[in-house]
Amino acid sequence: METVLLKNLNRPGGHTIESYLGGGGYAAAKEALRMGPDHIIQMVKDSGLRGRGGAGFPTGLKWSFIPKEVFPKYLCCNADEGEPGTFKDRGIIEYDPHLLIEGMIIASYAIGANSACIYIRGEFVFGAERLDEAIKEAYQKGFLGKNILGSQFSLDMFVHRGFGAYICGEETALLESIEGFRGQPRKKPPFPAVWGLYGKPTVINNVETLSCIPSIILKGPKWFASIGPEKSPGPKLYCVSGHVNKPGLYELPMGTTLREIVYVHAGGMRGGRKLKAVIPGGVTAPLLTEKELDTPMDFDSLAKAGSMLGSGAVIVMDETTCIVRSAYIINRFFSHESCGKCTPCRDGTIWMTNVLKRVEYGEGRPGDVELLEDLCASIFGRTFCPLGDGAVMALRGALKNFRDEFVYHVEKKGCMVSGGFGPA
Amino acid sequence: MLSDKVKEDIKRVLNNYANKRSACMAALQIIQGVKGHLTDEDMRELAQLLEVNNVRIQEVGAFYSMYNVAHPVGKHHIQVCANLPCSLLGAEHLVNFIERILDIKVNGTTPDKKFTLSTVECLGSCATAPMMQINDTYYENLTEEKVRDILNSLKK
Repeated sequence: METVLLKNLNRPGGHTIESYLGGGGYAAAKEALRMGPDHIIQMVKDSGLRGRGGAGFPTGLKWSFIPKEVFPKYLCCNADEGEPGTFKDRGIIEYDPHLLIEGMIIASYAIGANSACIYIRGEFVFGAERLDEAIKEAYQKGFLGKNILGSQFSLDMFVHRGFGAYICGEETALLESIEGFRGQPRKKPPFPAVWGLYGKPTVINNVETLSCIPSIILKGPKWFASIGPEKSPGPKLYCVSGHVNKPGLYELPMGTTLREIVYVHAGGMRGGRKLKAVIPGGVTAPLLTEKELDTPMDFDSLAKAGSMLGSGAVIVMDETTCIVRSAYIINRFFSHESCGKCTPCRDGTIWMTNVLKRVEYGEGRPGDVELLEDLCASIFGRTFCPLGDGAVMALRGALKNFRDEFVYHVEKKGCMVSGGFGPA
Repeated sequence: MLSDKVKEDIKRVLNNYANKRSACMAALQIIQGVKGHLTDEDMRELAQLLEVNNVRIQEVGAFYSMYNVAHPVGKHHIQVCANLPCSLLGAEHLVNFIERILDIKVNGTTPDKKFTLSTVECLGSCATAPMMQINDTYYENLTEEKVRDILNSLKK
């Protein structure tokens, strides 16, 4: 497949505007500014593009919710990439920032926003610097600023750095954070399309989503829709990490099977060991096992298999992995990142982590596995935002497939896999 | 006291935002960038500058984990990723190794104030695990030997 999202990844100097223009860059923005907003939104709808941040909401539909008569409007790019296992947006930001900026120009024009913000996580210092430089270049060449390319359309863009809060990847928490508050989610509805940044209509899109836009404009929605499954088409970035020979970032058609990703693209299992479990979409996604490896990696197929595509972060675990330990590490992450707004998540995730920790370290008590299941039931569906649900989904996936390992830890005070405790 | 240079930098970022308060995160980043941590005094001064109540600045400083509020860190802040992808490839061994060669525990600082060691959640560098961040720089595909070399070069 011809790559569109990663085509500049390995080109030396590919992040500069000269290189980007040399490869035909900003042609899509020029084209789009001639098309008119409604035409662009229709094209994005026809392409079938669904949000790459995890939820998979149709992008064109999201744009069409923006009321025409309310001003100002805002575009926010969600680059708060924090789902463990995910590093796809970082690849685009660091090595092809102009692809994102061009996508954002087109999106802003389509929804009528004159102000756009990129919310990047604080740890990505290099990425933030790259974006600052690229934005400066785009201003100098007249792709940002007043009256872009004589179109009467004006757009200002800036980078807002987060500072260590996974929850700010939730779109309303992200808006709170830009406004200078603690990053805690807002009640929905009203949705950001109606009541977003400073109470104005706002579209929040993921980096990868926005980076798909230029190729949809240039190659047409039919081309995009022809890649991968009908209901969730397009190219997709998969981040492969863990016990494989070639961990890395791969651009493949949406719907590539897990087996192909692990054994063909990522070079198979390290040391020829047996695969034990795969997390297909970042740690929130319930893990899958060998028997589910032929699942196509798209939104609907993974949902049917009882997991989710999420951010497309494939974390591969071989037979030497203790699932109890993995579950503990994942849950520790959620309790650390819980924003504290609602009780089920704030107290529940910490409680789960405490129980998991004692089970992992051989101090589990009789009934701990049942206690974990009970906690899952008490948290799920009762939290203010999806973070608490995410913690439950991850743990339930582990319990569903590997309950015997948890029971073994509690009863035998030792690990089924390594025999000891703690890191293998 | 905030220096004139810091105040100037803060004024510049104000241009990005619709109101002064929204510049609070960026302003705190500027202050921490110079001093390495945030003091009560600096946050009070920033509150005046942004025309908000002091507690509004304090709560932001306390919420986001990268702000070092009232806790100075060493000159080199070592943050080892301990989340799942790095853990699968031996992050814990790396943490133990650094603890041994610097003779400090996680969250500790060496007596000469050169190094602070922390563990952090995913830094988005999972294909190059295990990895760590020292101040603003990522160090990836780590081995014990690599870590020893990196720390030795920073000790100088």
